[in-house]
Amino acid sequence: MNAPPPLKRIRESRLFWPLAALFIILLFDAIFVPSFFKIGVQDGHLYGNLIDVVNNGAPLMLVAIGMTMVIATGGVDLSVGAVIAISAAMGAVLINPALGDRLITNDILTKDATNTPLVIIVIANLLAGTLCGLWNGMLVSRARIQPMVATLILMVAGRGIAQLITNGQIMTIYYTPYFWFGNGFILGLPVSVYIVALVFIVASLIVRRTPIGLFVEAVGINPKATFYAGISEKNIKLMAYAFCGFCSAIAGLILSSYVHSADGNNNGLNYELDAILAVVMGGTLMSGGRFSLFGSIIGALVIWTFTLSMYALGVPDKALLAGRAVLVLIVILLYSDQSRRLLSRLFDRKGARHGATH
Amino acid sequence: MTDDRELVAMRGITKAFPGVVALEDITFSLRKGEIHALMGENGAGKSTLIKVLTGVEHPDRGTIALEGKQVQVRSPQQSQALGISTVYQEVNLCTNLSVAENIMLGREPRRLGSIHWKKLNALAEQALGRLGIDLDVTQPLENYSVAIQQMVAIARALAILAVRVLILDEPTSSLDMQETARLFDVMRKLKGEGIGIIFITHFLDQVYQVADRITVLRNGKYIGTYDTASLSRVELVATMLGRNLSDLHAVAQAKVEIAPKAAHACVAEAKGLGLKGSLAAIDLSLNAGEVVGVAGLLGSGRTELARLIFGVDAPDSGSLSIDGQKVERFSPHESLKRGIALCPEDRKAEGIVGELSIRENIILALQARYGWFKVLNTQKQYEIAAQYIKLLGIRTPSPDQLVKNLSGGNQQKVILARWIVTQPHVLILDEPTRGIDVGAKVEIQKLVLDLVKEGMAIIFISSELEEVLRISQRILVMRDRKKVAEYAGDVNDQTIMHTMAGDL
Repeated sequence: MNAPPPLKRIRESRLFWPLAALFIILLFDAIFVPSFFKIGVQDGHLYGNLIDVVNNGAPLMLVAIGMTMVIATGGVDLSVGAVIAISAAMGAVLINPALGDRLITNDILTKDATNTPLVIIVIANLLAGTLCGLWNGMLVSRARIQPMVATLILMVAGRGIAQLITNGQIMTIYYTPYFWFGNGFILGLPVSVYIVALVFIVASLIVRRTPIGLFVEAVGINPKATFYAGISEKNIKLMAYAFCGFCSAIAGLILSSYVHSADGNNNGLNYELDAILAVVMGGTLMSGGRFSLFGSIIGALVIWTFTLSMYALGVPDKALLAGRAVLVLIVILLYSDQSRRLLSRLFDRKGARHGATH
Repeated sequence: MTDDRELVAMRGITKAFPGVVALEDITFSLRKGEIHALMGENGAGKSTLIKVLTGVEHPDRGTIALEGKQVQVRSPQQSQALGISTVYQEVNLCTNLSVAENIMLGREPRRLGSIHWKKLNALAEQALGRLGIDLDVTQPLENYSVAIQQMVAIARALAILAVRVLILDEPTSSLDMQETARLFDVMRKLKGEGIGIIFITHFLDQVYQVADRITVLRNGKYIGTYDTASLSRVELVATMLGRNLSDLHAVAQAKVEIAPKAAHACVAEAKGLGLKGSLAAIDLSLNAGEVVGVAGLLGSGRTELARLIFGVDAPDSGSLSIDGQKVERFSPHESLKRGIALCPEDRKAEGIVGELSIRENIILALQARYGWFKVLNTQKQYEIAAQYIKLLGIRTPSPDQLVKNLSGGNQQKVILARWIVTQPHVLILDEPTRGIDVGAKVEIQKLVLDLVKEGMAIIFISSELEEVLRISQRILVMRDRKKVAEYAGDVNDQTIMHTMAGDL
């Protein structure tokens, strides 16, 4: 088989478009907001727009990693935003120094202290998200409910559950050690970056070094044939949703730590849509099958680079959503078969179409 | 050559895909009122040629003329407008829509902007009536058998106004004998109306029953066009394969060789195995080193039997023991661990994972048996893939080729490889040769006999009686979801046919 020319290979690579999108936004910044690239040092920490992109984008990158697995199985998880809220609420409640105390005074509530060890808080936080994911997975794989409907249940109910956990209050967190996840630095870089890197590396190793990645793709492409091949298609789906819940929980941990509070209504708002967008931009098809975790990370970075570039440009908050809509539109157009074919034809005049069957 | 009867003339058609030349300088002509069989092995280029004619693919070179006028067929819509209508190999309909909706899809009669249902149903009935079929067109299509669905697909193709060319791509592969005969009547009638019919099939009998002329393709090249009357079957097969027929004889002899060694240990035993609404209680014992053929019409319970033994469905009565151990939990995964394998009937829906490569498809079941964490390393995967691509003669430029790009016969070989790699004790083959060409058929039959020699027990399900007779030591006959007879040793096809039909 003739190897295609290198230029064409690069263009047809799954990562070409997300990387191109990121590059274009950065190029735009280089021309119009050169200050975007300025990185300074303060108290031994790096700061600047680029650092903000990775720090603020960390929760989305985590959710996108989980969402990638779910989408690869041919599903979707609409509940990730609500799961973020649940996990944040779980952390906040356990931190609350008044927990278990009879006498609740404002003094106790606002004390920089907790009766629960931090490890327990983190574990409870992650467990809550994973349980939510398992619930979604059970509905999809066992009860055979369509993923969109199944996860819609938790999307709606989840925020209610988060409010039940915090007793309807927006809980402010005063416990300093908890802030480390969203605001801390290691060797000059935000802690959240390390968390994302860790989750990404572990997830990549698991899906590429074990057959799990292959099974997930097979389930996404043809669940029936996969079942006939002796693979428990149900357990693969269950695993994917549980993992997505787990990733959302970490995102919830970082977000609540970053904003010092748990707010059932607003934590992780609209994250499901951003995460789906990040995954799709990363080259994973909504119909399932082949996936790329790295692509999804790039997709999330594109979203946050764009957002912060708009801020840096001075675009008001109100106009930001419209700006995003333009981004989405461009991405969707670029990804459509029609425009790809057009581009393909522009690039190589011969126009030999690829991937055709016979 | 100018011929005023000539309806379609394709000349010098060439089409290349990355890594393969699918068609090379193909000539094809179709006359008015002619049934023209397009023959060739899998991957010979028949489907691609049809796709070129119907505008799905665009040729790199070559011309197409319709009634002497040069045409460019750029899209399927345009080919329909030109009066070219196709029924594809796999039934391509929306099973959850009604029969009438399927037939009239895209051409719904309208009244005041909304669909005129009464007229739509009437038109659909009329279209089916042309085929001599009478059924409730308001029922969803999925309520009917695959055979009826196929007829609906044909009716849909015919419903297009002023059809001049009708292409039937493997229309009979899911029809029983009676239905096939009915289809042939329809074809002859249409032929009488001056419609040119391109007929693609792997059944030689059928070609000789209806075709006027035969065009043979091999490996994307044009071999020749012959009058059916002047080409003997042996010559046809030899032309298609491009080699002699000693292979066919080898299969016939192989059975004789292994028959005496058939008395081996029992590997699988079913006692009263059944599932309500699917299969009446059945007794079956299966020995190592033997092929048990299963004969029966569509819907006779053959596939249901395969599904029960493989654990796709769990039985609600009776018991099944494998290697002397009673099976408690039924699932494909459990079966895989016990050494049972099933090549399912519906290759597209239950067999291949199209977007994965040949290598990944081949190692899928083996990896499933290893579980989620024990890894088969990539190098080993490539070794296995290369070994089986060679062993089964899978035609592909590379093991990284996506399975969806392979022809039907090669896809079937990939599925076979997937299961043989796991070295099962019991291999169930449900229609392993359906819709594939003579060459691949013989190869698969030979493979079955080789596997049996190595001590595997095989359940061989096929609609082709002759094939079942040729390679089985025992034959199970099914009818109406029951086992009605079991024959060992010499039995002729007449006896089995009568048993299948229930008039014995």
